[in-house]
Amino acid sequence: MTITAEPMTLDTPVAASPAHRNRPFRLTRHSAALAKRALIKTMRTPEALIDVTIQPVIFLLLFVYVFGGAISGSQHDYLQYLLPGILGQTIAMGAVAIGTNLNSDIEKGVFDRFKSLPIGRIAPLVGSVLADVVRYALVTVMTIGFGYVLGFRIHTDPAAMVAGCLVAIAFALALSWVSVYIGMLVRTSGSAQGIMILIVLPLSFGSNVFVQANTLPGWMQAFVKVNPITHLVDTMRGLFLGGPVTSHLLWTVGWMIALVVVFAPLALRAYNRKV
Amino acid sequence: MKYAIEAKGLVKHFGDTKALQGVDLAARPGTVLGVLGPNGAGKTTAVRILATLLKADAGAAFVNGFDVCAHPEKVRQNIGLTGQYASVDEDLSGMQNLRLIGSLLDLTTSESKARAKELLEWFDLTEAADRPAKTYSGGMRRRLDLAASLVGRPSVIFLDEPTTGLDPAKREDMWDVVRKLVVDGSTVLLTTQYLEEADALADEITVIDHGRVIAHDTPLGLKRIVGGQTLSVQPTDPSRVSETTAILRRISGAEPKVLRAGVLAVAVNDNDALTETVARLASAGIGVTELSLHLPSLDEVFFTLTGHRVGTGLGIAAAERSRPQANGENS
Repeated sequence: MTITAEPMTLDTPVAASPAHRNRPFRLTRHSAALAKRALIKTMRTPEALIDVTIQPVIFLLLFVYVFGGAISGSQHDYLQYLLPGILGQTIAMGAVAIGTNLNSDIEKGVFDRFKSLPIGRIAPLVGSVLADVVRYALVTVMTIGFGYVLGFRIHTDPAAMVAGCLVAIAFALALSWVSVYIGMLVRTSGSAQGIMILIVLPLSFGSNVFVQANTLPGWMQAFVKVNPITHLVDTMRGLFLGGPVTSHLLWTVGWMIALVVVFAPLALRAYNRKV
Repeated sequence: MKYAIEAKGLVKHFGDTKALQGVDLAARPGTVLGVLGPNGAGKTTAVRILATLLKADAGAAFVNGFDVCAHPEKVRQNIGLTGQYASVDEDLSGMQNLRLIGSLLDLTTSESKARAKELLEWFDLTEAADRPAKTYSGGMRRRLDLAASLVGRPSVIFLDEPTTGLDPAKREDMWDVVRKLVVDGSTVLLTTQYLEEADALADEITVIDHGRVIAHDTPLGLKRIVGGQTLSVQPTDPSRVSETTAILRRISGAEPKVLRAGVLAVAVNDNDALTETVARLASAGIGVTELSLHLPSLDEVFFTLTGHRVGTGLGIAAAERSRPQANGENS
């Protein structure tokens, strides 16, 4: 594996170092190594870890016990209604991190180090996405697990529950492209985070996460009815508790396709320009 | 292949800023090329182009004979990069940082672990190996940055201002590392703001200013141009300045100038000048609080080469030197 002191008297380029042997699946391995790095960082950064662990717990507790009685009359009934909503909200919030983290890597010069290495340009991005899948899975387990402790129950079957969770994770990944694009556009990681929260917060509160849409004023209902989070949450409600799924799922998938079609090319172009 | 590092006519503009306006650089295999210049001269831009991080607007660059534009992946297999910008991850420990780079360089798990241990030991970071890099001191960070660029045993190493902000003892340590790299056969391109550093390490020095090469020579040749060494003396008793001036004039054959209040300086080319000065001052019974022989500062080099001072003539180079973590150039 060493190449030190290679005589370089030939008039031809020096061959690549034997250290960089052509082992297969290079992109996969590099992305996995970078995903591991992203996860170590999440575990080392308290606020990043809180986002995916404590936050859904606090939101569940607050909304079930502060508003549950007032909104629904029964805290137990409200929990059944609220939990898919909190999962949708938390996982959408989770998509804020990827753009913020990529921006901060570029800002701090970590990306320059990666760029000087013989790895695929796309590997750091793929690594971040892989790490996000793990984080989203963790959010899902935390939210449903703590929901169970409080009295939430799946009324359908495990397969439907898993399907509901997968839709939520897929939606967060689609939303990630917006986050990546903004992360590549703005100067600091702080502004990337600020802009993304400005997008995700109205989407998650201006939805049916906390209350039924028919309790809202008409103009607000119009917004709620096209809001992707509304349809994501209704899809999960259908899959967790029973009820109509198809139309909400179609809306959700439609939104996901729209997000990817519009923002993936923009994000990739901006990423390739920066990286 | 004549040169391990070669750049021809590099041009790079950032909007209205002309960072590089036709820069040529060349380093033969197994040597150190010092690139000397003030902040904003274009040193970092040149390194970033050679290290494939940036594309030049015009000109060509080769590393180990590979064109950086046509075969960037080949170049990346051959280089190590350490700069104020190519950074380690602060949240990861020293060990995790080096092992991550090992994985990205396709080392097996055991190879990358062994290499990381070896480098941590060499850079005296073994005790701090498992602490997050953000807890490291400035000197430790620099050593980890350098270790990170050496994981793949690169044959060409770019060091962008490796000692800016380090105290003199740490600077000497870094110099020893660079010397060892060259003994091991690597080619090093080192950018610096200090003639002293370029003189201590480089086989050849290229001086750049405002994106242009203004001199290229061996350290000896460059010193010959800019006037060798400066002898400065501060008599303890200010009333004996004129006597001291006479002594210095006799030894150097030139007119000493007043460097600061009470400090006299004169250019000397003779290695015996210092001992002769000491002997004469002693026989005249003149005590001194300062007596030193040093290379001209970057400012003096520039003044000789270009007729203008670095920056606005306020001695920016000197100010940068005294600032612990100089920002370096942004271009």
